[in-house]
Amino acid sequence: MDADDKKVTKSGSGITRRSFLAHLGVAGVAAASLTTPGRAQPAAEAKADDQSGDSMVKAPPGAVPLTFIVNKKQRSLKIDPRTTLLDCLRENLDMTGTKKGCDHGQCGACTVHVNGRRVNSCLTLAIMCQGDEITTIEGLGTPEHLHPMQQAFITCDAYQCGYCTSGQIMSATALMEEGLPPSDQGIKEAMSGNICRCGAYPNILSAIKMCKQSTKVKS
Amino acid sequence: MQIGHKTPKNPNIPHDSAIGHVSGTSVYIDDMPPAHNEVFVEIVPSPVAFGRIRSIDTSKALAVPGFVGAYTYRDLHHNKFGPITQDEILMAEDTVYFIGQAVVVVAAESRSAALAARRAVVLDIEELDPCLTVAEAIRRDQYLDRTYAIKRGDVEAAFAEADHIIEGHFSIAGADHFYLESQACIVYPQEYDQIVIHSSTQNPSEIQHVAAHLLGLNLNQVVVITKRMGGGFGGKECQSTHPAVMAAMVALKTRRPARLIYNKDDDMQWTGKRHPFENDYKVSFTDAGVITALQARLYADGGAYNDLSTAVVGRALTHIDNAYFLPNADVVGKIARTNFPPNTAFRGFGGPQGIITIENICEEIAAYLGMDAYDVRRANLYGVDERNTTHYGQLVANNTLPELFDTLLESSQYRERRATIDGFNQSSLTHLRGMAMTAVKFGISFTNKALNQANALVNIYLDGTIQVSTGATEMGQGVNTNIKMLVAEEFGIDYDKVIVMATSTEKNNNTSATAASAATDLNGSAAVNASRKLKERIAEVVAQHFASTETGMGAYPDRIVFADGYIYDSRKPSRRITFAEAVNLSYRERVSLGERGHYATSGIGFDWSLGQGAPFLYYTNGCAVSEVEIDRFTGDMRVLRTDILMDIGQSINPGLNRGQIVGAFVQGMGWLTTEDLRYTRNGALLTHSPTTYKIPNIYDLPATFICNTIQNDNKVNVRGTKAVGEPPLVLGISVWAAVKNALSYVSGESIPTLNTPACNEEILSRLTYYKRLLERQDNNNHAFNEGFYHDEASVLLPRARSHAAGRAVRSNLSGKRARSKSGKADKGVTA
Repeated sequence: MDADDKKVTKSGSGITRRSFLAHLGVAGVAAASLTTPGRAQPAAEAKADDQSGDSMVKAPPGAVPLTFIVNKKQRSLKIDPRTTLLDCLRENLDMTGTKKGCDHGQCGACTVHVNGRRVNSCLTLAIMCQGDEITTIEGLGTPEHLHPMQQAFITCDAYQCGYCTSGQIMSATALMEEGLPPSDQGIKEAMSGNICRCGAYPNILSAIKMCKQSTKVKS
Repeated sequence: MQIGHKTPKNPNIPHDSAIGHVSGTSVYIDDMPPAHNEVFVEIVPSPVAFGRIRSIDTSKALAVPGFVGAYTYRDLHHNKFGPITQDEILMAEDTVYFIGQAVVVVAAESRSAALAARRAVVLDIEELDPCLTVAEAIRRDQYLDRTYAIKRGDVEAAFAEADHIIEGHFSIAGADHFYLESQACIVYPQEYDQIVIHSSTQNPSEIQHVAAHLLGLNLNQVVVITKRMGGGFGGKECQSTHPAVMAAMVALKTRRPARLIYNKDDDMQWTGKRHPFENDYKVSFTDAGVITALQARLYADGGAYNDLSTAVVGRALTHIDNAYFLPNADVVGKIARTNFPPNTAFRGFGGPQGIITIENICEEIAAYLGMDAYDVRRANLYGVDERNTTHYGQLVANNTLPELFDTLLESSQYRERRATIDGFNQSSLTHLRGMAMTAVKFGISFTNKALNQANALVNIYLDGTIQVSTGATEMGQGVNTNIKMLVAEEFGIDYDKVIVMATSTEKNNNTSATAASAATDLNGSAAVNASRKLKERIAEVVAQHFASTETGMGAYPDRIVFADGYIYDSRKPSRRITFAEAVNLSYRERVSLGERGHYATSGIGFDWSLGQGAPFLYYTNGCAVSEVEIDRFTGDMRVLRTDILMDIGQSINPGLNRGQIVGAFVQGMGWLTTEDLRYTRNGALLTHSPTTYKIPNIYDLPATFICNTIQNDNKVNVRGTKAVGEPPLVLGISVWAAVKNALSYVSGESIPTLNTPACNEEILSRLTYYKRLLERQDNNNHAFNEGFYHDEASVLLPRARSHAAGRAVRSNLSGKRARSKSGKADKGVTA
């Protein structure tokens, strides 16, 4: 939710960042969907119009087409332009492995890869990912075929409640590609955007180092 | 009957949700797919801390496309509830008592429509003068519940004879739980007004009770299910009830599934926190630093309603001794009623607030006498054969504290490092170091005796696999893994043959919260009890099966052994059948293969009218040494090294326990060093997201972090284990105490003072204060005022700092090494 959304309980009016974006998205054709009469089809209701072919669900007013590759699979859908990549993944594509923590880009629970770079999907608008290649935790490995980092997290007990884990793993795997810093302190600094309230940090550090070792041995 | 089993060799199995967690397939509440007719629920909260509702206008909300309904307290059957005293109003009637109290609940077809409807509701509230500090509550004489007290000996007599006395005031800040998964629930309406509530809660039975009561249902009409939580830490013990009941109300009204998910900002603004405390203390001690009496007045900020405050204050009072013997004690606790969200359980549950009070006193005694604080603590430590009863009369049995202290002193090279620190602080112009060892002795059991019970359901299926259900809820701590291991080890089968099922009030009734570190103790014991009953029955059948006239072997069930997936008679191990075969034999013999187990902790009890008793089954002990380095120019603090040593009995799964120790320590460190709750003058929380509320990240870990345990067999508990969830949090105090110790190198003749949290700003302000104090002393300028550097004209009202006066009280006590045999510390201000 926007910071300014919370302040309006008393007045019940005012332009918010997202309603402004909606306006932009529909290019002035109609007013923001929240004020459009009739049954609303806002962000969360837009469904993927992709290979699975759920064409029964209507796109919301002002929806824009989006085509991108998610976990090596092309997805095309019409989406409210205000939708974040996080909400798009969770609500439109039903991929709930990516978690919503703070929704402000500060906790890292929503970390995914966009063209191989780690990003906070809650701070990324889905329509900005036109044609991009997205990788989420679901695309990294499966319970049957885990990615080495996922396996290292299990071996090192690098989680407790598990809510930050997919973000930690996505961040850690991107870090391997970026080039793992040689020192513990360097790894810690590079991982400091992913917080873990359970405090599994020492084990997360061990897992990343273990994964580095195991991939070294392989190559 | 004793039926044998063998413990497998490697108990460090992964968490039972390991694969789900790393692959993103673990399901949390908001990951559950929406039902096609689901409605989304939002709460319209009170925007003011205290006010009278003039009017509520929902007309604009009605016009929001997708609007389904708006509800107020009038839609509830009852509106009053509470786990201890039934004083809490769920939805505001004519008055609002805290920011975030629900006034209206709206439901809509989509998340965004619900949010739009929430924004469209107009509240007209006449603001009243809120009570936002403990001091103000004391002035207004408004308290929750009664006063609680524990007394031993004669403190006044001890004060009269004392070598030294220190008096002071200590402000302890609260903290947000910051579970990463905010409060969340989905409610499915069923036939005949029955409902199924899926909630991220530590306390399904509590939700069942409150939902039934407030919605006018019988308890048997409400089922509450908890698969897992994305963190709880106490914040989902009582406060998950509020969203669950409101969503259930919507589900019953609309006859549609209702989903209510708080966002992080709302969650932090609306829910209760760790209790801030304002404590006054007076302590007498000998020249050798041995405490002779402690008098303390504890004032907890309870918030607007009691919630669990009574029990939190109770635990603060029973933990103010921590690891130290108090021959004379007079400790009294009161709960101030303020206009904050009701403060609630948070890992440690008042224990940490009691413990830091005496750990602070130990640092002050050391600074006063010019001793090393380790020696003060060691001199006051509970003894093994003497000086071994608490101020409330419980024997400190199986006392491992002296062993822990002596071992850690050596292994951490405390003395050598102290000498290095002394030298460093003399030579470094840019940095300052400090070090402290603090302890924990944490009482295990709920202080409310009735809660110390649990039940478990164990079902065996014909393929030899087992389902276990208990009242314990999984929040990451690994209770399900522990229970799975206990049950598998009872039957001598592979761990992967046992699944611990989602917690549900349908299977386990009248359960206690997963709290007080006791979930494995209670629920694990109940599961073991159920398993043993089943083993007896299966052993009867198998004994008959093995009985043979050919070999002359009779049917002796007590000779039957369950091990390595097989069952055999110990006299003839070569003839064995698999566990699954034994189960099938038993089935054909029409033997029941499902069983309930119950467990109630024996030998505990406490009488608050006397302030005496033995409330705890045992104590979990530990100690930690932390060394910190402070940048003298910025106040920036890093933890250079932490050594932890704990007695946690025999571990079921050492890896899980290690995770609990490390994680709890980090959380305790965060509470005391980085997590700063800041409020506006009107009581609105400003730090309501990780943007401004800083929990420790991986970079904040001690650069060197050593964590060990000692060998001890805790005979009174299941498998000799000890509870571990909360106690290590208290060891985070070692970091705070190390900062205070560092300040003692620059505070001249005065005892350094330090608030919580000791975030960089607080440290810098203290450094600046002592620098200026010493400069002024040099200039013989007596006009210096302690409060000067805490600008009272600040726009913000930092809650933890709202008692700058407390520091003035302590500054009167300054006079380090100015020993006074008259029984009073030098009252003159040193400046």
